[in-house]
Amino acid sequence: MENKNMIDRLKSFIHNFGWPRIIIGMFLLVLFIAAPFVGVNINTSLSDTFNRFGMNCIMVLAMVPMIHSGCGLNFGLPLGIIAGLLGGTLAIEFNFIGGTSFLMAMIFATPFAVLFGWGYGKLLNRVKGGEMMIATYVGFSSVAFMCMMWLLLPYSNPTMVWGYTGKGLRTTISTEGYYLHVLNDFLAIRIGDHFLFPTGMFLLFALLAFLIWSFLHSKKGTAMTAVGSNPVFAKASGINIDKTRILSVILSTWLGAIGILVYQQSFGFIQLYMGPFFMALPAVSAILIGGASVNKASITNVIVGTFLFQGILTMTPSVMNSVIQTDMSEVIRIVVSNGMILYALTRKTEATR
Amino acid sequence: MKDKKSALLEMKNISKEFSGNQVLNDINFSIQKGEILGLVGENGAGKSTLMKILFGMDEIRETGGFGGKVIIKGEEVKFDSSQDALEKGIGMVHQEFSLLPDFSAAENIVLNREPIKKSIASELFGDRLNTLDREEISTIAKVAIKKLDVEIDTEMKVSSMPVGHKQFTEIARELSKDSIGENNPIELLVLDEPTAVLSEKEADSLLVAMRKLSKQGIAMIFISHRLNEIINVCDSIMVMRDGLIIKHVPVEGVKVQDIAKWMVGRTVESSGEKRLFNYDDKETILKIDNLWVDMPGETVSDVSLEVKKGEILGIGGMAGQGKLGIPNGVMGLYTAGGKVYFEGKELKLNTPRSLLDAGLAFVSEDRRGVGLLLDESLEWNVAFTAMQVQEKYLKKYLKGLVTWRDNKAIEQVTHEYIDQLEIKCTSSKQKAKELSGGNQQKICLAKAFALEPNLLFVCEPTRGIDIGAKSLVLEALKKYNSELGTTVVVISSELEELRSICDRIAIVTDGKIEGILDASRPSEDFGLLMIGEKVEGASNGK
Repeated sequence: MENKNMIDRLKSFIHNFGWPRIIIGMFLLVLFIAAPFVGVNINTSLSDTFNRFGMNCIMVLAMVPMIHSGCGLNFGLPLGIIAGLLGGTLAIEFNFIGGTSFLMAMIFATPFAVLFGWGYGKLLNRVKGGEMMIATYVGFSSVAFMCMMWLLLPYSNPTMVWGYTGKGLRTTISTEGYYLHVLNDFLAIRIGDHFLFPTGMFLLFALLAFLIWSFLHSKKGTAMTAVGSNPVFAKASGINIDKTRILSVILSTWLGAIGILVYQQSFGFIQLYMGPFFMALPAVSAILIGGASVNKASITNVIVGTFLFQGILTMTPSVMNSVIQTDMSEVIRIVVSNGMILYALTRKTEATR
Repeated sequence: MKDKKSALLEMKNISKEFSGNQVLNDINFSIQKGEILGLVGENGAGKSTLMKILFGMDEIRETGGFGGKVIIKGEEVKFDSSQDALEKGIGMVHQEFSLLPDFSAAENIVLNREPIKKSIASELFGDRLNTLDREEISTIAKVAIKKLDVEIDTEMKVSSMPVGHKQFTEIARELSKDSIGENNPIELLVLDEPTAVLSEKEADSLLVAMRKLSKQGIAMIFISHRLNEIINVCDSIMVMRDGLIIKHVPVEGVKVQDIAKWMVGRTVESSGEKRLFNYDDKETILKIDNLWVDMPGETVSDVSLEVKKGEILGIGGMAGQGKLGIPNGVMGLYTAGGKVYFEGKELKLNTPRSLLDAGLAFVSEDRRGVGLLLDESLEWNVAFTAMQVQEKYLKKYLKGLVTWRDNKAIEQVTHEYIDQLEIKCTSSKQKAKELSGGNQQKICLAKAFALEPNLLFVCEPTRGIDIGAKSLVLEALKKYNSELGTTVVVISSELEELRSICDRIAIVTDGKIEGILDASRPSEDFGLLMIGEKVEGASNGK
């Protein structure tokens, strides 16, 4: 009897959590167990995994509002990233340093994110049903447009502009001296030589995740979920569908902007020009692997998905590399990350209409 | 049941469970050559599951198979697909049409089994270049249709046929399966609610055709909610309830009331006593002036109507004449124009919110499309509109800066309605899409009741739900009206249903109110209004 109960509970756990996540989780566990035997330092691996989780999770969180309002997966994430890049470069341009610089970057990024999100939302309202394809091209074309703007905008801080002409931004800009590691080092927990837990990043993520969770529990948030679930029902209940969708797009765009700033402060560089081009796919894949569908997503999906995706991405190259004794980590990383994206997109499920 | 040896089909000890839920329990029955078996039961009684087992549908195998035996002509069979069933001579006519609209009747009938002819090209390049034998196609189709004894133009495109002909085309397709290929001739035909979409006249001719087929020795299992038809056409009746066979009797002497009683396991009151609504000095609560609504298929051209406070007004009429357009237009779901006054104030049209704010509520005829959030819990479905429009079920924090939904209050109100309307569900957290049609309809009502409206529009409240749920839904509306004094406007295609609960009935023809009569007038008067005849004493909406 006791035994049967256990099995039932296990079954329901598997059903709720989903086989794909269990298999990927097992694989990740195997990698962690195998790591010490092939000479990979487990502390470094764990530290890297946590770091990459922190760097990416807010951009994955940026998927949530749009999924809830039925705008689909946010393939237009590059647009949000561009708002973040504008914020970051402006903060450096005005020479804010340290924590203030990061704060100012977020503040500068916000109006751009709201403006871009509003326009992007307006556009998506005109293409209901085909949002994801349009979103992809909004992302691509905005990146292309900004490639011109980065050259033309009148930035003048010598750390950012091309040395030989004195104008136009460089492709990569170091955040050192500005907001490098402001979150990573905030209340960081250091264990031994190789393990560092980036507390600040996790705290900011926790705060934003809580805000989104709390928003989804509010009246407006409930309306947003209903719009995604059945727009006609929402309309019959007196909800303004277009406005709700625009709000969700603005939220997603803003989260994308904050997400890239967090990424940069840990990574150490601002990558302009084609940098944001391929940022959407890993975030989309992470949330799908986390168990979200095209119109249902939760904060748990974000956390589980980001952890699994980034964990595999960190561990596979280093373990494989040590096993085959040649340096092809970059090749493996590309194979694994694109493989995961491919897998995730095949797992995409849509809810009943 | 009499002679086991000659039974065409026998199902023995059939049982089936879905993830621990017993849906069929020890089902035993048999059917003879040429017998018409009427299979009735409430939604969710297990009829469809039983038929799926008979056809060896994938769904059954994927969920763990079934217990018991299926025996055809004394030989136990195991079907791996409905194709296998076809080979044994069992055919099925589905509730929803599976026809290609741009193909002719004949082409649909022989679809994927077309007779072919050799041509020069196919002699040279192989069988894939064979051409269709059009004459043969037309002959096969005509033979099949002749069996039904109806007139259908085999060359007419399905998209331009009336629904009745589409239904006949479907049946003809099943019948034609013996004329081509290696299949056994059709001996058993399962008809799953074939009359649900038909008008009475079309349904009658279908019943005639069924009797004719039965004389030719084809047995039929006839599933229908229309009990009169069952009594008319069947040889025996099998009633199912909660996965059990409650009764299996020959049809002689069985009355509709008996079947209804067996189905629901309690007595169904026949519409109760007629109440007399006193119209003297009752004020007008809703006044519609020259309303037009652009709703595809239900266009309203010019409707003027006054609804009195506290009454139950019925709006009837034939499909497509615009009766559904009236509430959909007033509630802002389709573009509308004209003037609507509610409690003396003019309402802004085309904005659902302003109408909900004024105290109107609406139960849509399109349950799955408009009425429900299929992927959300029952709690959300019941509470959502009231929460958004009237700020109910919300908790405020930080002096109103943050408002969260009050899950406890939502759960409580949902449980109230689950009890009150006898909604069958596993919990209030269950998803709306998992409920049966009747229970979904009750959720839609609960959603409207939660708004505590002053006037409630209800469209097609009993469409597609079984007799037990039907009377519950109608009773709930009546009770809601009499206890809270809410004015109710019911729009329905079923005149008898309107006559049983309404005080007055307006008939809509061609986008206009043809006339309004007291509900106690005989049905013929309403029938006359529907075909555009004048009837004495009918008021014109003012």
